[in-house]
Amino acid sequence: MTTEKTTHVVVLRYFAWLREKTGVSEERLTLAPGIATVAELLRWQASRGHPFDAAFAKPEAIRVALDHAHVKPSASIANAAEIAFFPPVTGG
Amino acid sequence: MSVRVETADFDISAEMARLTAGNTGIGAVASFVGKVRDHVEGAPLTSMTLEHYAGMTEAELERIEAEAQRRFNLSASLIVHRVGDLKPGDNIVLVIACASHRQAAFAGAEYLMDYLKTRAPFWKKEVLANGDARWVEAHESDDAAAMAWQTSEK
Repeated sequence: MTTEKTTHVVVLRYFAWLREKTGVSEERLTLAPGIATVAELLRWQASRGHPFDAAFAKPEAIRVALDHAHVKPSASIANAAEIAFFPPVTGG
Repeated sequence: MSVRVETADFDISAEMARLTAGNTGIGAVASFVGKVRDHVEGAPLTSMTLEHYAGMTEAELERIEAEAQRRFNLSASLIVHRVGDLKPGDNIVLVIACASHRQAAFAGAEYLMDYLKTRAPFWKKEVLANGDARWVEAHESDDAAAMAWQTSEK
C-alpha cells in the first residue's frame, strides 16, 4: 500500500529587494508535490510568472533560510514550516 | 551573553558596565562600534534603512555568540544591532567581548563582527543625496574574513 505524502503548507518570507521586487513580504501556500529541495523551489519561483520570474531570474544571487537557519540549495525542504528568501546579508 | 536588535541608540559605557558588573575575573574588554558613513564611493549619503528578519536574526546572533564564547573562552559578550532609519554619524552596531586576557577579547570581538556581517540577516538600503536609493551589495572581502576563521581553526 502506498501512502500519499501529506499536503505541505509553508509560509514563504521575502526580504530586502526580493520583498520589493515580488511585492510580497509573506505568503502561505501549499507546495506542489515534486518540489523537494531549495534549488527546486527557486526554479519553481522563477516559473510563477510576473513579478516572481524577474525577482528569481538569478537564483545564485538569492540566499535561503529554512526555519531561521541558513541552508544550501541542495537542502531538503521536506520538514520546513517557514522558508525565507533574501539577498546576501549586509549588516554590521 | 546577550544579543539585542532595537531601533534605539546604545550607550557603550552603560553596556560595558552592565556586562562586567560582578565579574572581577575579567581582565580585558574589547569593543567595536560600527557607524553610518556620510558617503558611499564618493557620493554623499543622506540616510540608511536597516531591515532584518526578526526571529532569525536573534537566533543567528545567538549561534555566533555561542561559537565565539566556545572558541575564545569569553567571560561575557554582547551584540546590539540597530534597525530602522539611520543618519550619517549614527551608531549601527555594538560588539563587546570580555575575557581574562586581551588576545581573547580582541579576537572574540573581531570574530563576532566577521560572522555577524556574513551570517546575521540584516540588509542596508542607502539613500544618496541625489535621491537614488539602493540596496547595499555584500562584499566578497567580508566572506573572506569569515572564511579565514575556519582555516585558522585549531
